[in-house]
Amino acid sequence: MAARAVHGIGVPVKRKEDPRFIRGKGTYVDDIKLPGMLVMDIVRSPYAHARIKRIDVSKALAMPGVIDVITGEELAKANLAWMPTLMGDRQMVLPTDRVVYYAQEVAAVIATDRYRAADAVLAVEVEYEPLPPVLNPFDALKPDAPLVRPDREQKSNHIWHWEAGDKEKTDRIFHEAEVVVAQDLYIPRIHVASIETCGCVANYDPVTDKLTIWMTSQAPHAHRTVFSLVTGIPEHKIRIISPDIGGGFGGKVPVYPGYVIATYATLKHKKPIKWIEDRSENLQADSFARDYHIHAELAATRDGKIRGLRVRVVADHGAFDAAANPSRFPAGLFSVCTGSYDMQAAHIQVDGVYTTKPPGGVAYRCSFRVTEAVHTIERMVDILADELGMDPAEIRFKNFVQPHQFPYKSPTGWEYDSGNYPAALQKALETIGYQELRREQAERRARGELMGIGISTFTEIVGAGPSHTFDILGIKMFDSAEIRVHPTGAVIVRIGVQTQGQGHETTFAQIVAEELGIPVEYITVEHGDTDTAPYGLGTYASRSTPTAGAATAVAARKIREKARLIAAHLLEVSPDDLEWKDYAFRVKGAPDRHKTMQEIAFAAYTNFPLGLEPGLEAECYYDPPNLTFPFGAYVCVVDIDRGTGQVKIREFLAVDDCGTIINPMIVEGQIHGGLTMGMAAALLEEIVYDENGTMLTGTFMDYLLPTAVETPHWKTAKTITPSPHHPLGAKGVGESPTIGAPPALVNAVVDALSHLGVRHIDIPITPAKVYRILQEKGVAE
Amino acid sequence: MIPGPVRYRRVRSVDEAVVLLSQLGTDAKVLSGGQSLIPMMKFRLAEPSYLIDINAIPGLDFIEERGGVLCLGALVRESTLERSMLVRQRYPILHDTAEVIADPLVRNLATVGGNLAHGDPANDHPATMLALRAQVVARGPNGERSIPIDDFFVDTFVTALQPDELLTEIRIPVPPPRSGGAYVKFERKVGDYAIAAAGVFLVLDEAGRITQAGIGLTNLSYKPLRAVDAERALLGQYASDELLRYAAELAAQATDPVSDLRGPADYKRAVARTMTLRALRRALERAQANA
Repeated sequence: MAARAVHGIGVPVKRKEDPRFIRGKGTYVDDIKLPGMLVMDIVRSPYAHARIKRIDVSKALAMPGVIDVITGEELAKANLAWMPTLMGDRQMVLPTDRVVYYAQEVAAVIATDRYRAADAVLAVEVEYEPLPPVLNPFDALKPDAPLVRPDREQKSNHIWHWEAGDKEKTDRIFHEAEVVVAQDLYIPRIHVASIETCGCVANYDPVTDKLTIWMTSQAPHAHRTVFSLVTGIPEHKIRIISPDIGGGFGGKVPVYPGYVIATYATLKHKKPIKWIEDRSENLQADSFARDYHIHAELAATRDGKIRGLRVRVVADHGAFDAAANPSRFPAGLFSVCTGSYDMQAAHIQVDGVYTTKPPGGVAYRCSFRVTEAVHTIERMVDILADELGMDPAEIRFKNFVQPHQFPYKSPTGWEYDSGNYPAALQKALETIGYQELRREQAERRARGELMGIGISTFTEIVGAGPSHTFDILGIKMFDSAEIRVHPTGAVIVRIGVQTQGQGHETTFAQIVAEELGIPVEYITVEHGDTDTAPYGLGTYASRSTPTAGAATAVAARKIREKARLIAAHLLEVSPDDLEWKDYAFRVKGAPDRHKTMQEIAFAAYTNFPLGLEPGLEAECYYDPPNLTFPFGAYVCVVDIDRGTGQVKIREFLAVDDCGTIINPMIVEGQIHGGLTMGMAAALLEEIVYDENGTMLTGTFMDYLLPTAVETPHWKTAKTITPSPHHPLGAKGVGESPTIGAPPALVNAVVDALSHLGVRHIDIPITPAKVYRILQEKGVAE
Repeated sequence: MIPGPVRYRRVRSVDEAVVLLSQLGTDAKVLSGGQSLIPMMKFRLAEPSYLIDINAIPGLDFIEERGGVLCLGALVRESTLERSMLVRQRYPILHDTAEVIADPLVRNLATVGGNLAHGDPANDHPATMLALRAQVVARGPNGERSIPIDDFFVDTFVTALQPDELLTEIRIPVPPPRSGGAYVKFERKVGDYAIAAAGVFLVLDEAGRITQAGIGLTNLSYKPLRAVDAERALLGQYASDELLRYAAELAAQATDPVSDLRGPADYKRAVARTMTLRALRRALERAQANA
């Protein structure tokens, strides 16, 4: 093997995945084509709430090419009309008597091609008796509200109540507080809208008795276990393959009815079944995110020291609690909402509520509700600053958890691993020229122009998680890696997490390259196939690097320890006489006497010491001791058009700290993508229903994704504060910008209007919303 | 998002298209760029029995000045219009318009003829053509006729074209000296239909008085709208910012928008005023520069 650069940690290696994507050679689920494959399409409900009186499939069945129409009644006979959700609720696969949201699955057509299936969907006759929809969680909690879930023992629309923090202490602090500010915030329902919609190809082979499902899955192992439990098929007879995935963002963590129906259909017909959602189905029926109605209060001293935080949330979960949070956290990690600020007490209450809307509450590029948490605290801090007449930067400096306080125990029980918040904000303010911007703002205000500067200094909480606290359906949230070094020194790495665009094939190879001194190009990373990859909980909540990344480093270090024994044998010295330096084992004091990992690997198969197992491989199942807490300081400058209400982003600077950076180019790409998604949530995206519960934003004409035109030029910078407990010091970064950007933008818009008495605007901040405020304040043009 | 069953015919001449249209009547739809029709078919909002594809008809994509008139063939793509030097130099209002229609991918296929023939008040060219006093040329079994743009838009998705007629050409008077036009659009994001947009064409006399004014408005009524009162208020006047503001106000009053996800009706009316004012200012600047 020619001498090549190792390209380990910290090198901006070009992504190994990209050549196949750039050339159009990726293999997504819809690229899977099997002989004799049939196609499934789904009949969906035109009502948000209705009783099903009759389903007549005869006309559809009589159409050419139509093989079958599957209904809930049929599934019920196989005990498959319902399935468990990852949150311990249950969800209809196909209904037997009622539908509870618009576009809910009602029946499935199996046909010989996609076009015939679509025509047959329209020929299935369903007679509905409409029932009153329940669209608002506050209405849902009223005693006379129609019951969304009569199948439950508990005859109310209330799902659960959850609390964190110290109520008594918090109430006392509020009682004694010099200043209290309060605000209602609504974080609307939004959708991950990944470019690849969801789908699967399910193939049961009656000869091998094996079920293979190619599936848009962010967690193939967990899904295999669920499928085994639901169907009773032994787990070794199920293989789930997550091929190239066109974006997950949390939307491919839940199990959707379509997967289950396609699986049922392949078992019944013994033919491969393909089901791929179209764009509207994806937007209308797949898991939503957010939908949090928040009431927040901050208690502080008159000179701006925050004392306590009190938050009550009503969480709209739709018709089934099908979020994918860790079991003990029905409100996810929302309780991290004390953020980057040191305070004495906090108390958080969340109530989950059923409505006749699609299920979900998934973490859209967000570590389990941390987006909602960050939005709450970053808005409230600005509101407090406004109340006290303080600068938003100043109030943050005054209240930050200080560097010497880490590890910091938060009032809601989290232990922040590391951070340096003042340094990040200082860097952001200096880089953007904060004082100069404030001067400019004053001048423009005097001329009647509307310019705003917004700050967000957020703390993330990622890498779920330690087994003592974190599980999904009882499965602990560890993750895994397996490394094999071949005789020539080439390597295959298999990991329990699954990439949906994050660049695992590159960054995980860089981890191994760094640890073993093997050039990155000789390292292949595989994932996503449950028959070959080690068991893991999947990629979401920025957990890949904190968990599987740590497993990869630990496994590589196991290999290195064995390699030390072989190197000692080759160099005829004691293992203790060797040190690992400059990517080789070198004799202490005689560094020219050394063995590289390539030489050692060959010896592991050809010339290993007696008594030592041949081969060079290792695995690790890594149970993280804690979560990691990335953070950042974002500053945004906006101008507002008084003639249209349009918010124009003039400048946006993101200073991120995600600990050790494995590939700076990939991290920067993650930040650009996340900022764009965060900007979209702040300004554009919202799922809207009409008064009947019909979804009005079921296409990209109305569900507004940003394009390059709407996206400003992002400026990025970094500080580096390694995690003390992660083997590499890395923390995870994929979601920081999505959670940090929205409050920076909102704070900027509110700042532009604060002199007019504006204190809060709910997202998305549409031009119409801003213009109405301008009219009310008499400054509209 | 799978269209229903449909038959497809590709025609090679206008005559062939007209013969087919005469035979098939309202069962047929003409396919040019397909950027509105095909999505409507995918949602099954349109389920024509026949598609008559006119894309292979040669010679329908001209952009040329002939006898004091700019002639645009029905198959001129928006991207061609956008890149035309003649349009850029002599008809900036058309360039403004082409540039803000949907996105580049759509503009590569979408045609000027289709943009008008679709009869959608949310489309951008209708307002521009109203401001420019264009003529639409149609060919039917009884030959060719020219339809003044004011008579062309009948209702939402309904134009003066008969079921057996094909739109073949758009004719726009060559701009006189001291004239200028502009199209200004406000949308939620690129590719969206306008919240409101305004096309303005002004001609000044040597003294600087406005002698001709055209104002067309997009997506502000059930059909493309001409702001007649606003135009009238400008005629014979010296342009002042006060006058332009007054005209913009009159234009906004002429609108009848519906509340939807783009905003409430009163907001759209306000944006209509802003767009009209900005288009008036830009058109005036161009007219003054064009002396």
